[in-house]
Formats: sequence, C-alpha cells, structure tokens
Amino acid sequence: MEGEVVLLDFWPSMFGMRTRIALAEKQIKYEYREEDLRNKSALLLQMNPVHKKIPVLIHNGKPICESLIQVQYIDEVWNDRAPLLPPNPYQRATARFWADFVDKKIYDLGGKLWRTKGEEQEAAKKELIECLKLLEGQLGDNPYFGGKDFGFLDVALVPFYCWFYTYEKFGRFSIEAECPKLIAWAKRCMQKESVAKSLADQEKIYDFVLHLKKALGIE
Amino acid sequence: MADSNVKVLGTWASPFAMRVRIALHLKSVGYEYVEENLLEAKSELLLKSNPVHKKVPVLFLGDKPVCESLIIVHYIDEVWTSVPSILPSDPYDRAESRFWAAYVDDKFFPALRRVLVSTEEDRKAAMAELLEGVVLLEEAFRKLSKGKAFFGGDNLGYVDLAVGSLLAWIKVIEKFTETEALSEAKTPSLAAWADCFSSHAAVKDVFPNVDKLADFGLKLRAKFSKAAAAAAATTTTTD
Repeated sequence: MEGEVVLLDFWPSMFGMRTRIALAEKQIKYEYREEDLRNKSALLLQMNPVHKKIPVLIHNGKPICESLIQVQYIDEVWNDRAPLLPPNPYQRATARFWADFVDKKIYDLGGKLWRTKGEEQEAAKKELIECLKLLEGQLGDNPYFGGKDFGFLDVALVPFYCWFYTYEKFGRFSIEAECPKLIAWAKRCMQKESVAKSLADQEKIYDFVLHLKKALGIE
Repeated sequence: MADSNVKVLGTWASPFAMRVRIALHLKSVGYEYVEENLLEAKSELLLKSNPVHKKVPVLFLGDKPVCESLIIVHYIDEVWTSVPSILPSDPYDRAESRFWAAYVDDKFFPALRRVLVSTEEDRKAAMAELLEGVVLLEEAFRKLSKGKAFFGGDNLGYVDLAVGSLLAWIKVIEKFTETEALSEAKTPSLAAWADCFSSHAAVKDVFPNVDKLADFGLKLRAKFSKAAAAAAATTTTTD
C-alpha cells in the first residue's frame, strides 16, 4: 500500500535528515541510496534535473524534491499516523514561517563558521546566535516546537543539532551556553528513535568537514 | 465591501503582495489594503508585525499577522475552503506546485533582481541566466497545465500566482534591456498564458502599470548603486 519509496541522500546532509526523520515517524519502509556528490548518479540527475541536489524522494517512480516539500508530502500521503503539521491553519502558517526562517538563515550562517575566518566568521557567529535565540523563543514552555507533540518545525531544525559540534569547534563558542533551552529541546528530540537513527554522528560530521576543507583548499 | 477582519500590508510594486491580493480575490474575500511606502522608512505597523524580516506583504486576520507570501497563500487556501482551491488536492500535484513556486523564489526572482541591478558588464550574463529560467518555466507550464490555460489548469493556481506576480517586472526588464524574455517564437505557451493571467478578473486590478513600474525600477537601481558604492568605499578601507 505504501508503494515503492526510495531516498537519494548524502549522509551528512541536514536536509536529507529531515526526510529520514519524517519517513521514520510515519514508519515507512524505504530504500536509502547514498550519493557521491562528486559523481552524481544518472538517477539523481534524471530525478532532479533542475537543481541536481539531494535529497530526492522517489515514490512509485515519481520524484519529489526539496526537503520541506518532501516532509509535507509524506505528511499528506501518510495522513493516518504521526501528524507533523497541526490542523489549525494559523499554527501551520507559524510552523512554515519558522521552518522557512531555518532555511533562509541557519545553513548559510553555519557554513560561514567553518568556511571563513576573522571578521566574517565573527559576524556569522553573532548572527547565528541571534537566530538560534529567536528560534529558542518560539519554544515557550513547550517540550517541542509542535507543542506537546513533535512536529514540522522540530523536523526542520533538529538535524542541525549534529552540526552544532562542528559550528562550536570552528567558532570557538558553546551553543548550550547561549541557548540552553534549545539544547535541552534537541536532547529531548534525540530520545526519539526517529531522530536518533536519522541524525549523523557529530564527530563524524566534524571529520567530514575537516576533509572537505582540505579538498576545497580552505585553510 | 471589506471584511473588517482582513487586512493586507503591501506595496503596489511588490510581486509578493500581489500574490496575496490575487489569492483573496480568488476566494472573494474583502480586505482592507494598506500601502507601505518602499522608498521611505518602514512603518511602525510593518516593523511590529514582521519583526523578523521587516518586509511586505503581511496579512492580518484580526490582529494576527501572517508573513511570507507563499505561506500566506497556503494560509488563505486553508482558511477559506470554498472553491476554487488554489493548491491542487492531490499530494503529488501539491508537491510539484510547491517545487515550482520555490524555484521562482529561490532561483528565478534572484536572477530577475540581478538583471535589474546589474552593471553594463554583468547584464549579459545575468540576462542569460534569467532566460534559462524562462525556458524551464515554459517546460513546467506545459507539464502542469495539461493543455489548459493556466499552470493550475482551468483556474488560477499556486504556480500561476508565484510566476504571474513577476510578469510586470519581467516586462520592465524587457524594456530596460531591449530583449524579449517571453515571446511567441521562443516561449509560446508562456506568452499566451501571460495574456490570460494579466487580464484575469482576480489579477487585472492589482497588475502594476509597466511604465510606472519601470520608473520605480530606475529609482531602485539608483538606490542600490548608491548603497553598493558606499559599501565598496567602506570595505576598501579595511583589510
């Protein structure tokens, strides 16, 4: 009844992790295929000709691209279990707004922390902390961004948790010191099997970035 | 006949505000429209209702603000559930519509903006990129429309709003660069669609006058070049 589900992905990708979490939350069986981004498969190029990027979700042979679009698709198709978006339209708009904020800010700012140095790095660090504090403010007294339950915004943000270690090492700061509630939230999410199994190991991410910097010739 | 509960903060030149207004027109929802002056300092209302991005459009239902045009369109579709529905009902079709709207915002609009603010030397490359995008949208139109008049089929849909709201600016760029972006020869489907879109009842009252928009475009260019020159002057003094 599920049909055939394939995920083209790359293990360190926070975006791929979102889709992995959504699939796990819904307990959907799927085939995971690791892509070598320096040597993209014919299937990837065929399924995402516009952006040529992972993750790509393939359901019964048809591709769905862009991680947040995939998460919504999964939520809408498998709508009989573990809902990710709340039923109230205003709450849905709020969740989408902050997920969009994560997309607009966190990835690029975090990237600057390991790609740049000096003033540029400092500016990125300052802005990243401001953004994380804004997000932390959205939690209020709730265990999750989705309220009582783990939801869409939790899925959108939690994959970055395994990248925090890398950001902290390069930026020489502690995210927990700046945003203790946010880290408490992340650890709470990691208690969920869907999250623990989908996120990469933070030290492996750090090693990956060290190798990537060498390969890209970044000091 | 405005529904006193619904307000839109926007500007006449903003394609993003246009999307929201078209969506409300499609749902036959009356609203109060508040014009923000883009060339002056941002209003209290804007800064208060969108503290994160400080941008238009903002939709208010009562005193609750919703920001980001595509999120607002989703919201409008989910609150006013009478026909016509703006997003398709099938999950795969919805994903496809969302993909193309995201493409417009992530790739096509930035390319358009680059042409607008480009210097003489950058213009050719920027325009080439925009034209590649137009080709992609022509293909997307043929796929999504399934032979009908709009991306959404018989009715205006999500992708129509996403792309169509940029048409006036595309025309401004065609004027500035003296190049055709949409043409019957190269992009026949989009050219035909553009006429249908801009003359649609839900669109025509909010479709900006292209000459007026071109004037505004020149002012934006001037503002941008001034800011860019100032930034360049300060960065050359630091290491």
